[in-house]
Amino acid sequence: MPLAPAITDVEQLKNHPAVARLLGWKGDAVQGVKFDRDEMTIYVDRSNIREACVLLKEDPACPFNFLSDVTCVDWYPAEPRFEVIYHLLSIPNKERVRLKVRLNSASPVVESLTSVWPGANYFEREVFDLFGVRFTGHPYLRRIMMPEDWEGHPLRKDYPVEGYR
Amino acid sequence: MAHLNPTPVLEPGQDRTMILNMGPQHPSTHGVLRVLLEIDGETVVRLMPDIGYLHTGIEKTCEAKFYQQVVPLTDRIDYLCPMTNNLCYVLAVEKLLGLEIPPKAQWLRVLLNELTRINSHLVWLGTHALDIGAMTVFLYCFREREEILRIFEMISGQRMMTSYFRVGGIALEPPLGFFDRVRDFAGYFPEKVDEYENLLTGNPIWTMRTKGVARISAEDALALGATGPTLRGSGVDIDLRRDMPYSSYEKFQFKVPVSQEGDVFARYMCRVQELRESIGIVRQALDGMPEGPIKADAPGIVLPDREKMKTQMESLIYHFKIITEGFVVPAGEVYQAVESPRGEMGYYVVSDGTGKPYRVHMRAACLANLQTLPTMCEGHLIADVVAAIGSIDIVLGEIDR
Repeated sequence: MPLAPAITDVEQLKNHPAVARLLGWKGDAVQGVKFDRDEMTIYVDRSNIREACVLLKEDPACPFNFLSDVTCVDWYPAEPRFEVIYHLLSIPNKERVRLKVRLNSASPVVESLTSVWPGANYFEREVFDLFGVRFTGHPYLRRIMMPEDWEGHPLRKDYPVEGYR
Repeated sequence: MAHLNPTPVLEPGQDRTMILNMGPQHPSTHGVLRVLLEIDGETVVRLMPDIGYLHTGIEKTCEAKFYQQVVPLTDRIDYLCPMTNNLCYVLAVEKLLGLEIPPKAQWLRVLLNELTRINSHLVWLGTHALDIGAMTVFLYCFREREEILRIFEMISGQRMMTSYFRVGGIALEPPLGFFDRVRDFAGYFPEKVDEYENLLTGNPIWTMRTKGVARISAEDALALGATGPTLRGSGVDIDLRRDMPYSSYEKFQFKVPVSQEGDVFARYMCRVQELRESIGIVRQALDGMPEGPIKADAPGIVLPDREKMKTQMESLIYHFKIITEGFVVPAGEVYQAVESPRGEMGYYVVSDGTGKPYRVHMRAACLANLQTLPTMCEGHLIADVVAAIGSIDIVLGEIDR
């Protein structure tokens, strides 16, 4: 079964419920789309991520009402360095969508989703702890996995697998 | 609105309350969970879980391994359901590669996953009952669990850290007598579930300790990211095996138990009924087990047969290359979720087109489920904290990774 090439053209994907909803709301919030291996990815502008999630959560036709996961990928040394990744699930429609926010290494800051889904709490703390990405509006942004006095963020690519300290 | 750990820096010395530290070494925290409790007499005012004591950096380690070498690491995330983690990871990599898996391998994976679910639920039931004071159930559960571990040993050579699945299929053909042994187990296991239920379901002490205790509403459970029996106990009917099927689960008939009450007893009932449904799936898998190969036809990714290696030059070269430099996975990313005994277990695997994963992230069901604990416990008695912790079925290895 050969892999189909990824589709990155907004025109071809604008019928997907999440893409349609976001484009209908604010065209420049959507920075790009990708449909690859049956999975939908939407690149969302950093300043719009929380509102975009509220919008998708309350979409009457296809409510993405469940936040599965928040994580991050470090593309060091490329810029923008960080990609914060949100996996949303629509329980009524059995549909998944992945939202991505790209962040520069100069200011790895993005708005917290804890006011939309309180369950984002631990996931965002984990991303903060292991990547050093800060979430504004998070009620308790402290290290969760590593000790409080730890230096550095272990999942960053410039942090060695072994030989630290 | 669901609870949102406000400022859990607990300060002692206020008028009526005191701070109590529970764990990390406490028998009913199922590992190394530390819980900080602010209590007013016998009532919990605030509760804050403190995790990370078991953080081993598995996600970082994965980035330094070949794709196949990650499989043994996935076992160690959750020592109660190694096969589920194996499955989720290999499904993600197979999706990245675009591999098609032969039916026999898929059915064997389903069979082993359901045995894993039974194994995990048995440990949960035994320890949960032990926490609340019913000692006998623990011994009964571990008796049946022992047989499952022996079945695992028979097929994979390991009791707990099985590492039996491979990218592209499974490691070996099941040995002679394997299916008979599983059939034997599937034959007598439902009676054993009756035995557990006789001890607990109608037991007045058990029901007093569990009914109406540690309630959580469906809205709160959803908002906090709970999945699995923790969510289904609150009346939300979702099971990824049925709703977003993988590994040919769509070919099996089973019911998804849901309870409405959202208390400890509801979650108990969900899991006990899942035991019965799982053994039904095992029986279906035994009856309909297809014939055919157990590995995908993908030279360069799947290790060649031993026989071919001894006779064919090409197979020998592939074997050498797979072992020494792994296999290349086309660039891309995949999020694959499966229904683990605890809820939605998800693997997010990113490939940059080399032989090692660029990033492997595990979405741990327990991490999200643990966030429901403050909502369940605050305002209730301190003795119920133990029941609540048991009822969300946490495994700290999975939470901390």
